[in-house]
Amino acid sequence: MESVLLKIAASHMRPLLIVLSVVVLYRGHNEPGGGFIGGLMLGSAFILYAMAYGVKKTQKSIFFDPVNLTGLGLLIALASGLPAILMGEIFMTGQWITLFSNTFFELKLGTPLLFDVGVYFTVAGMLMLVMFSILEE
Amino acid sequence: MTAGLFIFILLLVATVAPFLRRYLGNYAGWIYAIWPFTGFLYYLSLLPSINDGLIITETYAWLPALGINFTFYVDGFGMLFSLLVLGIGSFIMVYAGYYMRPYPMKGRFLGYLLLFMTAMQGIVVSGNLLTMFVFWELTSVSSYLLIGYYHEKPEARASALQAFLITGLGGLALLGGFVLLSIPYGSYDIAYILSEPNIIKDSNLYLPALILILIGAFTKSAQFPFHFWLPGAMTAPSPVSAFLHSATMVKAGIFLLARLNPVLGGTEIWTYTLSITGVTTMFVGAWISITQTDLKRILAYTTVSALGTLVLLLGTGTEYAVNAAIIFLLVHALYKGTLFMMAGNIEKKTGTRDITQLGGLFKYMPFAAVIMIMALVSMAGVPPMLGFLGKELIYEASAAAPKAHYFILTLGFLTNVIMVFLSLRLAIDIFWGKEPPYSKIPKEPSVSLIIGPFFLVLFSLLLGLFPSYMANPLTSKAITAISPDNDAIVLKLWHGFNLVLGLSVLTIISGFITFRFRHLILPFIDRINIKYFRREFTRVFFSVLDAFLGFTKVKTKTLQHGYHRFYLMTIFVFASILVWIMIWRADPVVIELDFSTMPLNLVAVVILIIAATITTVASDSRVVSLISLGVIGFGITIIFIAYSGVDLAITMIMVETLMVILAMAVVFHLPKYKPFSSTGARMRDTLVATMVGSFFMVLVLQAGTSAMEIPISEFFKEVSYTQAYGRNIVNVILVDFRALDTLGEISVISIAALGIYAILKLKPSKIKES
Repeated sequence: MESVLLKIAASHMRPLLIVLSVVVLYRGHNEPGGGFIGGLMLGSAFILYAMAYGVKKTQKSIFFDPVNLTGLGLLIALASGLPAILMGEIFMTGQWITLFSNTFFELKLGTPLLFDVGVYFTVAGMLMLVMFSILEE
Repeated sequence: MTAGLFIFILLLVATVAPFLRRYLGNYAGWIYAIWPFTGFLYYLSLLPSINDGLIITETYAWLPALGINFTFYVDGFGMLFSLLVLGIGSFIMVYAGYYMRPYPMKGRFLGYLLLFMTAMQGIVVSGNLLTMFVFWELTSVSSYLLIGYYHEKPEARASALQAFLITGLGGLALLGGFVLLSIPYGSYDIAYILSEPNIIKDSNLYLPALILILIGAFTKSAQFPFHFWLPGAMTAPSPVSAFLHSATMVKAGIFLLARLNPVLGGTEIWTYTLSITGVTTMFVGAWISITQTDLKRILAYTTVSALGTLVLLLGTGTEYAVNAAIIFLLVHALYKGTLFMMAGNIEKKTGTRDITQLGGLFKYMPFAAVIMIMALVSMAGVPPMLGFLGKELIYEASAAAPKAHYFILTLGFLTNVIMVFLSLRLAIDIFWGKEPPYSKIPKEPSVSLIIGPFFLVLFSLLLGLFPSYMANPLTSKAITAISPDNDAIVLKLWHGFNLVLGLSVLTIISGFITFRFRHLILPFIDRINIKYFRREFTRVFFSVLDAFLGFTKVKTKTLQHGYHRFYLMTIFVFASILVWIMIWRADPVVIELDFSTMPLNLVAVVILIIAATITTVASDSRVVSLISLGVIGFGITIIFIAYSGVDLAITMIMVETLMVILAMAVVFHLPKYKPFSSTGARMRDTLVATMVGSFFMVLVLQAGTSAMEIPISEFFKEVSYTQAYGRNIVNVILVDFRALDTLGEISVISIAALGIYAILKLKPSKIKES
């Protein structure tokens, strides 16, 4: 299936989709979005590329293996539960740090965000793993 | 030091032992014996205070909410058993370290042995029924590893499996018994249960609890008809046999019966069951051992007999019987440990343990011979060894048994005659007798191999010579611990002329006569055995096992047929039937449907979804069906947006898009789209689909109308920003309130993805190619 349109679109869409997926991931805590949707978008970015250029070329163009990405996501999600244990609370209790805050702007980082990053990687990794396997057939 | 800490460190030693063996070389056995021996000295140092009435209890929280704790409870009985386990265990470690030198994986072997010791030590100081159960199972597991140590041999594997299955099944029964026992008390704490023995006896759970606990104890202690695993277990290396038969494993069942004697004992059913089982086991074990020629097998059957004696004594439950039980326990542990270690030594020095192939060893190893003969004297119950005191007490107890004492006394007498006969036979045939041609000249065993037997025999002798100074202090608190109504009897070597002494003399004379005429008696017994007792328990056991495995194979084939569509159908049918029953039995709910507020554009969307559904099912083109399925998905997305479920809508769009891509990727590989199924099958599928679809509809409609007190969504709305700092409630629920669920879900999808990956990448054809 050779398609010039698809190829050009895919190579331009991929970075955009990746950035968009990160945005969706980050805004998820307060507005629609989150790790699951973001992960699906990230995975879609590479699947689109794979449909245009083939799975082999896509795999060469990325520096990670989808299996490892899935595992990394699970590890991050699991690790996000550990700070609570160190603080003497129940596993996975949310822990927050306020980086800075003034009247206009407040930046808080917490383990739920880290957990969402884990979900993001897991979903993307599992999607790519399945789709690459099927598209390769 | 504390009992709990000691066990914990012992477990650590067992864990690192296999890895350190290489650096410790041939002294590993001595070094690994240090910690058990420290424990032995610790418990010995407790002796005076325990005799003053001290009872140590320690509790470490495990699941305190359920009343399950690691509790340790050391009283006189626990202390006596700890001394046996750790004292004999230390000698066994020294012995095993040297004995196993020529074999591979000796480090691992020593580790297993230490683990076994840990487990047994845990049982004897347990103060909580479930703590005891955990250690109980650990003895089964570690003994499996030890019995199957020569795992290249099929018979070793079979014996290990047999021992494990029998004691493991008994362990399950025991767990049930413990749970039933704890129900009337509302506690698993042994100290509390022992302090209120009448609660269980008045409860109607007494009988079921007793039956299950007895199954556990009888399987572990090799009582008839479960006795056959124990002789099989002698395929293990000699250090294991010596330990397993003397202080551990088989004594665990005896320990349990004695420990629970104040609670469960004293009733008629207890007395009858234990006496009958005990007397049968005692005699059967002794009887079978007469005609055996394998040294270890002879000893194994005498252990069966001794265990039967112990159960009989506990069942009898009189003052003499309880005293006899504790003394005989000590006697048996000391001589049986010695004899098995010596059997290992003889096999090592001559290459055989068939007593018909042995003879004239006295002149090659006089020192070892003296030690073994002294142990045999103890087994025969001849003064001045402790065995004599044990046998006297057993005769006293049998003569004073409340019921059927003539019967018990007769069988007890016959058993003891057999013991005297076997002692003579082993001593004379092995150490004098006709000397066969040995392939190499036998020598005295080295120090590591003989030190254990030497000290055990020495103990036995000292205890027998000075019973009131040494044996009484060791055992008096153990006796009152297992039977609070009875006192310890002051032991004496000389009782004066009475019936019991007469019986003892008669036993020894009969044993001599049997030995003198063994050429006539043995073939006669052999003939009886061949004619009447040909049933081999081991064979029966394995045929039952095979039948069971065959049954599970048929069952698995029926249920796990491998057809995906039928699995799905089974799941759907069962789920919908269950839910329909629930709906049927619940209170009727009035569902009011009000379409008047529904905007017109949504009505259009709903009509579109219905039309698309019909098209999906009815179309005879696969592509049309796929597209219609997509229409349904996007229609639902619009409904989500209309009711401001933006997160859901975005997810749905992504999922629908990916579904189409997925379908496009595989659509070319699929076979032609044709109706294969018969009309009947289609009717059935329609029925299943209707059942599932309708229950979902009813559930959703009911969920909308059923009035909860306060919906949980109010709670989430309230605390989402104040506590979790997020305004998107859906996301906060996913990553914070219900994060553990999400973690489970992403684990599941990862595993599913790996499964798909494996199916697609690792096809059998591809594996064959590479």
